[in-house]
Amino acid sequence: MTNPNGRFGIHGGQYIPETLMNAVIELEEAYNHYKNDPAFNRELTELLNEYANRPSRLYFAERMTNDLGGAKIYLKREDLNHTGAHKINNVLGQALLAKKMGKTRLIAETGAGQHGVATATAAALLHMECVVFMGEEDTVRQALNVYRMRLLGAEVVAVKSGTRTLKDAVSEAMREWTNRISDTHYCLGSVMGPHPFPTIVRDFQAVISKEIKAQMLEKEGRLPDAVIACVGGGSNAIGSFYHFIGDKDVRLIGCEAAGRGIDTFETAATISTGRLGIFHGMKSYFCQDEHGQIAPVYSISAGLDYPGVGPEHAHLYDTGRAEYVAVTDDEAVNAFEYLSKTEGIIPAIESAHAVAHAIKLAPTLDKNQIIVITISGRGDKDCAAIARYRGEDIYE
Amino acid sequence: MSNITKAFQNGKAFIPFITCGDPDLETTAAAVRAMAQNGADVIELGIPFSDPTAEGPVIQAANIRALSGGADTDKIFDLVRDLRTDVTVPLVFMTYANVVFSYGAERFISICREIGIDGLILPDVPFEEKEEFAEICRRYEVDFISLIAPTSANRIGMIAKEAEGFIYLVSSLGVTGVRSEITTDLGAIVKVIRENTDVPCAIGFGISSPEQAKQMAEIADGVIVGSAIVRLLEQYGREAPAYIGEYVRNMKQAIGTIHSNI
Repeated sequence: MTNPNGRFGIHGGQYIPETLMNAVIELEEAYNHYKNDPAFNRELTELLNEYANRPSRLYFAERMTNDLGGAKIYLKREDLNHTGAHKINNVLGQALLAKKMGKTRLIAETGAGQHGVATATAAALLHMECVVFMGEEDTVRQALNVYRMRLLGAEVVAVKSGTRTLKDAVSEAMREWTNRISDTHYCLGSVMGPHPFPTIVRDFQAVISKEIKAQMLEKEGRLPDAVIACVGGGSNAIGSFYHFIGDKDVRLIGCEAAGRGIDTFETAATISTGRLGIFHGMKSYFCQDEHGQIAPVYSISAGLDYPGVGPEHAHLYDTGRAEYVAVTDDEAVNAFEYLSKTEGIIPAIESAHAVAHAIKLAPTLDKNQIIVITISGRGDKDCAAIARYRGEDIYE
Repeated sequence: MSNITKAFQNGKAFIPFITCGDPDLETTAAAVRAMAQNGADVIELGIPFSDPTAEGPVIQAANIRALSGGADTDKIFDLVRDLRTDVTVPLVFMTYANVVFSYGAERFISICREIGIDGLILPDVPFEEKEEFAEICRRYEVDFISLIAPTSANRIGMIAKEAEGFIYLVSSLGVTGVRSEITTDLGAIVKVIRENTDVPCAIGFGISSPEQAKQMAEIADGVIVGSAIVRLLEQYGREAPAYIGEYVRNMKQAIGTIHSNI
């Protein structure tokens, strides 16, 4: 899908300061070398399997299927990975690559804290220094994850600029990278930023769809009719979609965070409400005002609270290969509670956006059709915030 | 020769930066006039952006003040129209790619030409992406300014060969902001630039004192100062233009004694 300039259709590219250009070129060269290196791939597969608990389960959600009375529902259990989310897939790949490149320090941005925790984990495992940038507002929303990162030996920097959320954490991590490049790798957490990040992160997350495909063929002897995943930057979604892009009969559905609704200003649904722009190193769709100022977005989910979307998603949208729908806070919270009560699985509030759409879609399909929902992470981190959303006075 | 390149024939060039609309556009107009009257050779006008990823805290705060004050692209075009009734110094816009892209690059750059803007600096558009904007700039005779960084290494020649107006040589790693010391071997970078182009080269990032300016002007053809001037706005607000005029005069004096090698 990627052409030599890192484009997905018109999207992508490398819109970054000159100071970083040799760093991304060096990263691309190293990646192109190691991605075909059998020793590197053996080492990464062993880490993914023995350390991160892959392959993750493809679980038949029988109670949910019966309750909704339509399509058969399977859950791809990325929540069962070590550190509790899909983020570890990408981080182990990038950290190992950084180590091979001779880097001794990882920096990362984080929204909900899952990518920060995964990066801190990999840094601890591989004996690397780690600094995580997190919007100050998110350090409050996700206080437990801040503690986890510190416990793992990382320094957490609370970012006080802008809206003090994920977008500002990305900006600050980029600023830090321009300040210190020689020993530092920027371990970007989603399929966004300048080329080659959208490609590298996608390739490391593509293990999700590779496994879904094999597991589905084994269990059902056929491909699913739809794959559903939540989209912030879009890494778990692209990972879930990638090996199905060529299978035109498999519907690919990304669920964006509508916040309080796409007709309000309190939304983070980029494809529904944004327009083409250039930001954070890439051309893609962004929530912005008429003068190109990036909009202060909102979602109950810190991990989806980002004003842009990865360039490959923008291209999949342009070509019509994938569909993107918006899910509100209310719908996501209902789905969070529904999956907990129905299947005994507490999903991350991010993943609950995908569950919410499946709850709408499944009853409209036949009983012989199959939906896969990627449960990108576990919801323990969200319990206090959801309780507060429901009016219970719980603090961590 | 473009107006910008000509501006470097008047000894070592002093290039001050200001964020338009910080704290309001009237103050910007007064500050630009003060800069022009006190010896600025080229003036960089920042169009504020919500998320200026190449800026340190001082200019980030100026962007927020300007946007909260209601500055936008059209109002800044009007500011330049007003300035051009009496200010003849070359003016360069400094902003981020999305501000230009969102306005429509062709529409934005054609207005630059119409109102008398001489150049455009987009710090998030490197050599590989520049044709999207530089091609339009050439048609409207607006110089697209290229940046070279301490990490550019094997890229210096390639960038210098296609440079127009002047080359913005970034003194140090990191973002904009005052630094007590600049440790990059800038002389070696300037040497490679000279081997590849006659376009003048000005050093920016981290320069605040007359001594630093003098030191940098000995290496290159000009000096760019941003954060130190924005700090005066932070400190004095609407009263800042008088202080900015005095500051520009001192800085131009400090580098004025150095013989130009263009």
